[in-house]
Amino acid sequence: MPSKPCSLWESITAAGLPAGRLYGAAATVTLADLARASSLGGRLEALRGRSVLLTVRDPLRAALAMLELDGVAARMVLCPADLAAEHLRHVARNAAADAWVDDAGSAASALNGIRLGVGVDPQLAAAAAPRVRSHETEWVLLTSGTTGIPKLVSHDLATLTDALTDTRPATDAVVWGTFYDIRRYGGLQIFLRAVHLGSLVPSDPGEPVPAFLERARAAGVTHISGTPSHWRKVLMSGAGSTIAPRYVRLSGEIADQAVLDALRAAYPKAIVAHAFASTEAGVAFEVRDGLAGFPADFIDAPGARVSLTLTSDTLRVRSGGNAHGYLGDDAGSFQRGSDGAVDTGDRVEERAGRYYFLGRQGGVINVGGLKVYPEEIEAVINSHPWVRMSLVRARHNPITGAIVVAEVVLTDERPGAQRPAPEALTRDLIHTCRQSLAAYKVPASIRIVPRLEVSASGKLVRPNA
Amino acid sequence: MSTRSTITTQFQQVATEQERKLATLTDDLKLIDCGLDSLSFAIIVARLEDALGVDPFSSDQAIDFPVTFGDFVRLYEGFAK
Repeated sequence: MPSKPCSLWESITAAGLPAGRLYGAAATVTLADLARASSLGGRLEALRGRSVLLTVRDPLRAALAMLELDGVAARMVLCPADLAAEHLRHVARNAAADAWVDDAGSAASALNGIRLGVGVDPQLAAAAAPRVRSHETEWVLLTSGTTGIPKLVSHDLATLTDALTDTRPATDAVVWGTFYDIRRYGGLQIFLRAVHLGSLVPSDPGEPVPAFLERARAAGVTHISGTPSHWRKVLMSGAGSTIAPRYVRLSGEIADQAVLDALRAAYPKAIVAHAFASTEAGVAFEVRDGLAGFPADFIDAPGARVSLTLTSDTLRVRSGGNAHGYLGDDAGSFQRGSDGAVDTGDRVEERAGRYYFLGRQGGVINVGGLKVYPEEIEAVINSHPWVRMSLVRARHNPITGAIVVAEVVLTDERPGAQRPAPEALTRDLIHTCRQSLAAYKVPASIRIVPRLEVSASGKLVRPNA
Repeated sequence: MSTRSTITTQFQQVATEQERKLATLTDDLKLIDCGLDSLSFAIIVARLEDALGVDPFSSDQAIDFPVTFGDFVRLYEGFAK
């Protein structure tokens, strides 16, 4: 990023007009066309200096609005497509919103008492005047707390692009695809990379995996990102070979060895990388060696751009990518240490010179006083050749308070390999767990299920989490 | 399979999994002497809930806490009715 303040549009045009495109499900927009045209129907100036809720459903429209509003709005609140209607009022109040932007043609005349609404239209119209930067726009992202009520996380263009160290457009075309909603942190990172370096093909909310992969192929996707749960869905869809990317990225959940190995087998020519980032802490690191976890020397590395430290085995991150804090009701609960580092709440454990993620501090299951991280057990279950994905959860138990149980989704039948009967398979899975886990971590029961629920943000839905 | 034989099977299977030496399951065997630890019991109760559809320990009814293997079987038989 240029050192002096600039808007997103100024940043992506610093070296000339961008060559990339935004590939929506229903329309494609050439980025360079935004130089003299607008998607906001001549209403951009009405939004200047305002706190704007971005409630667009279509990712293409969201991308256009973000490109136009940065440097113009005082605050831009990115509402993901799956934001519950009952949470919107909370978000609007905490962000002191006084305008909203949604898909063109919305019939709403007012939103929670806010009178000013502007629609986004991918059919660009000539702009009356060039866009002038007047504000260092605050970008507000939403995360779900344990209660499901979103927290508002405050960023700006500088914190959001901190991990984007090289903004020169690549010599060969880069087309980024993403399964994420680009209004959530992981997807927004991909959006920002894509508009600086090439093109973007975002998935549509609710779009089936094969349909999105076909669109990504048609756009010539070279780089693609999603959560491990997204990628397991790809592997199960049978449509993974639709695309042939050079780079495959996983983040947002723990990438276990099984999913990394399966992706390496599916995309032998691609770099398979997993990244750690959170909305509050920003992008911490990327691991490219194909192995789960990360090298121990990432921690306390002197002079690193991103400082990683451990406190009680919990990862802390200090970097220019850290959020500024929470807005509104949650302002006081932002977990930042006296050294400024953000507490991620993610627990790690060192084994043979490498750190492995155990799981979220808040997701711990207590079995008779012993702590169990569901993700640690899932990683072991997922290593079984007949398992595609699994969910470990607590079940109430009168003896130990709680006990661990698991649900697993199996891989497809393979030619030349006879899938064992369900009882034999669950016995074998318990045996696999017993070999590498303490007895209290071994699931008391394992159930084979046809599917596991994955949330709109691409993460496995964890009950009571 | 009867409730008794389901319970017997689970005691044996969990003992094998947990690598514990299970005493001969007679009705007057005290549970504390049967060779299983509390984790083993926790697993047995969870598995029996799957197999029999009841967890007497978590029910709203007051129960007599079983002391012997025979008490344990009768507790489940009472709920299975």
